[in-house]
Order: sequence, then structure tokens, then C-alpha cells
Amino acid sequence: MLVKHAASTEAEIRIGTDGKSLDTRGLEFEINDWDRYAVEEALRIKEAHGGEVVVVGVGIDCDPTLRKCLAMGADRAIKVPIDTGMDPYLTAKAIKEAIKGEKFDLILAGVMSQDLNYSLVGVLLAAMLDLPFATAVTSVKIEDGKVRVLRELEGGYQEEDVLPLPCLLTVQSGINEPRYVSIMGIKRARTKELREVKVTLGEPTLVVERIYHPPIKKAEMLEGDAPKIVDQLIEILKSRGLI
Amino acid sequence: MRVFAIAEHRFGELNSISFELLHLANSIKGSGTSEAVIIGRDVAGFARELVRHADKVWVISDESLENYNPDLYIDVLLQLFRIETPDIVLIGHTSQGCELAPYLAVKLGGSVATDVVGVNVSNDAVTVSRYIFQGKLMVDLKITKLPCVLTIRQGVFKEGPEVNGEVINTDIKPSRSPARSFVKFIKPEVGEVDISQADVIVAVGRGIGDASNIKLAEELAQILGGVVAGSRPVIDSGWLPKDRQVGISGKTVKPKLYLALGISGAFQHVIGMKDSDLIIAVNKDPEAPIFGVAHYGIASDLFEIVPLLIKKLKEIRG
Ligand SMILES: Cc1cc2nc3c(=O)[nH]c(=O)nc-3n(C[C@H](O)[C@H](O)[C@H](O)COP(=O)(O)OP(=O)(O)OC[C@H]3O[C@@H](n4cnc5c(N)ncnc54)[C@H](O)[C@@H]3O)c2cc1C
Ligand SMILES: Nc1ncnc2c1ncn2[C@@H]1O[C@H](COP(=O)(O)O)[C@@H](O)[C@H]1O
Repeated sequence: MLVKHAASTEAEIRIGTDGKSLDTRGLEFEINDWDRYAVEEALRIKEAHGGEVVVVGVGIDCDPTLRKCLAMGADRAIKVPIDTGMDPYLTAKAIKEAIKGEKFDLILAGVMSQDLNYSLVGVLLAAMLDLPFATAVTSVKIEDGKVRVLRELEGGYQEEDVLPLPCLLTVQSGINEPRYVSIMGIKRARTKELREVKVTLGEPTLVVERIYHPPIKKAEMLEGDAPKIVDQLIEILKSRGLI
Repeated sequence: MRVFAIAEHRFGELNSISFELLHLANSIKGSGTSEAVIIGRDVAGFARELVRHADKVWVISDESLENYNPDLYIDVLLQLFRIETPDIVLIGHTSQGCELAPYLAVKLGGSVATDVVGVNVSNDAVTVSRYIFQGKLMVDLKITKLPCVLTIRQGVFKEGPEVNGEVINTDIKPSRSPARSFVKFIKPEVGEVDISQADVIVAVGRGIGDASNIKLAEELAQILGGVVAGSRPVIDSGWLPKDRQVGISGKTVKPKLYLALGISGAFQHVIGMKDSDLIIAVNKDPEAPIFGVAHYGIASDLFEIVPLLIKKLKEIRG
């Protein structure tokens, strides 16, 4: 299970003074939204078929998210304490190194990270490990040595596929209803293993040159207090013949 | 630069992203070439369409390639690229492209970037632009390793020159059977309300907070004679049925009025509503990307605006 301790998109995001980094002050970090669903799916597979759920996170400060997964019910965690910046290739490489020696039947990742939005790390890892894979999975059924999945396509279409185990799946949001963390879960998580694994950072493939605000066509903003805004809104609707 | 574009098709239709990739290829190839690759079963017709925008079109056809399968598609692409070596490979940022691109990049020993909206090539150095934080910020990334595989956002490179190229039929066949087997396609469920036919849509996003608040949107929709739709998280949470989802994996709508309440404006959502006649967005975050597509924006708490709007509309109606 790959989980990212990811920055929330709701906070005000400031660009660092060098114009190439993010000012981490003010950023809030949480478990990546897609990974909540992936962890839940992993736990359900374990509950139905037995086994062990191991969560892997790359990041210097990713402990809170790993602990959260342990509290949800994962058995142990592996932390890779490095900063791979905006280079998903390095992240996948680090995970590959960190899980060397681990035996697994299934690797689950989220479809996309909510902060960087690449949709890359899962499939990159599959390629590095020569694993069969499927992305944007909306249903997982384990059937003796195989896994039957539904994959989401565009426009509400889906496709059904069967893959051999071991394989790697990226999990789409909405596949299940992620459980809440219980007090018991938090207590139990304290005794679970969270192991740090050191790996060497490879050569970067993507280097940040500039971070900036999008040059967007801005909407005409309606200003004033709520009653004034609503009056303007009603005028707009009237002028368009909508009321 | 030798720029390849992987064409995409499903249900016997060429996806328009295929042409958009070629428009981009032609604009960055410099003294090099733009080359399309079309993989499938009976794809001669597609090749003829593509060749009007490409210097070369490589055709890889086989019975087993009728439906997309990542294992087979990657296998045949690697056979082609072993001989015809690319500098840049362009693929649509689609459900299919997001599978092919990273796998190919690893196997080609290159690099990959996704959801790209700008590509700059100068002196053999490639820089790409893309959004992060679901549209809130942009980043320019320098690619340090070629070949690079890029997935390109739909609808960005809509225009390009006509090019008169040649079609090359290859004899490449899959060299193995796929690990993953395709079983079938499943059509979208048809619900009671078809949001794509509505004139007025009140759309709610995660900002609506809770299932119990949906009724606020329903009340507003009723007064305006419209229907309620939602962004993906609202559907994922089960607050609205699946057929009410607007966006790339839901429906495309084009109503006279699209009122977006508590929706951030991620491109997967925007792609499904951007052509609406009038878009009004309420979002408490003044930096929300939805204000980049809305005609009018209200940077306020929706729970302040919407109840008041309902009240005033009721007064008008009497
Ligand atoms: C393969 C794939 C397919 C996808 N398909 C779709 C799709 O079809 N449709 C879709 O919508 N998404 C889709 N997504 C998800 C998409 O990327 C976004 O995650 C999603 O659109 C975000 O929904 P949202 O704007 O409701 O939530 P968020 O991004 O969480 O935004 C919530 C917004 O509400 C605002 N807000 C919060 N409280 C209030 C308040 N009280 N008043 C006013 N504003 C408030 C916040 O400022 C924020 O901007 C897809 C993603 C992937 C990877
Ligand atoms: N730093 C990380 N640590 C662990 N898993 C990650 C990390 N970054 C990305 N992932 C996994 O890869 C998925 C896709 O991320 P991305 O390629 O950044 O869009 C996420 O949903 C996670 O499952």
C-alpha cells in the first residue's frame, strides 16, 4: 500500500521567495484523498482473505499519515525519510528500493496525489518491478490467484479486466466508504512497527524551473456584503431571462 | 526533434486528442518530424485521417489489438521504438494514456510528465508546463532525460497546420500474450434525471459539507426550474447518485445556467461544464480555479449566499 502525506488544496498556498518552491508555512498535510480509499480497500481484502497490510510512505515528515493508516488497521509501516520534490520517478525508485526483500501479492496505490496530480507513482513502480497493473480501479475481487477489476474510463464507461497476482492496482475514489479511525485503533497503532528505511536518492528526471499563479481569465467578481451580492446575482439572472 | 504521437480510439471512433497531439508535435518538432502511431485492428481509415496532420503514420494492426490492452500496446510500441527512436512521445492524458505513458517511460529508459498543457523545446532542451494543486498553481519543469513521454491535457492544442505525410504499414505483431485480459465494456447506468438535458443546473461540490445540505441546493434548483448535479467527491460520498456527476468520468453538460457551489474547479470537473452559457461560481476561496472558467464569481461562504438567494427569489415569485 503506497500512501502519500500530501498537502491540502484548500489552504492558501504561497510560493517560496526563490520562485521554485512552496512556502510550507500555512500548508496543511493530510493523507492523500485517493489513498484513503486505497487503504480501506487493502483492509477489506485482508479481512476477507487474510494476510498483512503494509503501508509505505516517502517523505521526511510523513509519520502522521502512516500512523493514521496503522490506526485504521494496517499492520506495519515503512517510511522512506527523503524529499523527492516534484519528481515522481524518484518517489517510485525510492519505494522500489525500500520494499526490496518484501514479499507481496498485491500493491495498491491511489490514482493521483491531490497536490502534484501526476497519476504516475503507481504505474512507474509497476514498470520498475515488471508487474501487471491496472489503473483507476473501481472494484476489486480476488479469485483464486487472480484479481477481477473494474476500471473507470471516460464518460461513465467502465471496463472489466482480469489480472494475475502479484500485480499493482491504482484505486479510484468512491470505490468504498473509508472507515473512521477509532480511539482503540489509535491506541493499538502506538505499538505497531513504523520502520525507517534509508535509500539513496537517484538522478532527478524533472527539475522545477518556476512555480507561478496560472494566467487565468478571471471571472467578474461580485463584491459587497451578502445582500448586495445576491441583488447583483438576481439582476444577472433577470437580464438573461433566467427568472 | 523526432516527436511521436500515440493516437487513441474506442468504439470505432478516433479520439480528437489524437489530432491535438499532432498539432503539438508539429509545433515543437523543429527540423525533425511529427509521427503518429495507430494501433488496432482495422485502422486504415484512421491512418488516412491522421496523415493529414503528420509527417508519418505508423500502422500497427492485428486482431489481438482491437481493444486497448496495456501489455500488448506497450509490447508493440517498444518494438517500434527500438528501431524508430523517439525524442518525445506524446499521449493523451486519458484513462488509457495514463497507463501507457509511465510504463513506456521506464522501459525506454527516459522520463515522463503528465497532464501537460505547454511544451517548450529550445536547443534540444525540453521544458513542460502543468498545473498542480488541482489548478491552483502552475509549474515549469525541465526534463533532464530524453526520450520523454508526455501526457497532454485535452482541449489545449486544438489547432494546427495541415501536413502531407505518408502512411507506413508495419508488420509488428505482439510478441507475447498479455498478463491482463480484457473481459468487457460496461455502459454507464441510466438514471431518472438526465442532467445533460437540463437548462439550469445547480452543482454542488465538497464545499456543501454534508449530505444533509443537499436539500439547500434542491430548493434552489426547484425555484430556478433546474436540477441538482455534483462534483466527484459528492457522488463518491453517496450524497448524490452517480448519474448526477459532471466531469470527465461523468457527464458533459451545457445548460443555460451552471451554478457551481463549493466546487474548486479541477480540470476533470471543468471539462464537463466549461461550455455552459452562463457559469456562476460561489467559493469561499478567492484563489479557487473555478473562477478561471466562471463568468461571474462570488468569493463567499455558500451558506451565506444561497439561503439569502432562495429567500429573495421566493419574494420575487411571490
Ligand atoms: C481519473 C480522474 C477522474 C475524475 N473525474 C472527475 C469527474 O468526472 N468529475 C469531477 O467533478 N471530478 C473528477 N475527478 C476529481 C477531480 O480531480 C477533483 O478532485 C474534484 O473535481 C474536486 O471536487 P470538488 O471541487 O467538489 O472538491 P474540492 O477540490 O475539495 O473543492 C471544494 C471547494 O469548496 C470550497 N468550499 C468549502 N467550503 C465552502 C463553503 N462553505 N462555501 C463556499 N465554498 C466552500 C473550497 O474552497 C474548495 O474550493 C477525477 C479525478 C481523476 C483522477
Ligand atoms: N511520497 C509518496 N509516498 C508514498 N506513496 C506515494 C507518494 N507519492 C505518490 N504516492 C502514491 O502514488 C499515487 C499517485 O501519486 P502521483 O503520481 O503523485 O499522482 C498516490 O495516490 C500514492 O498512492
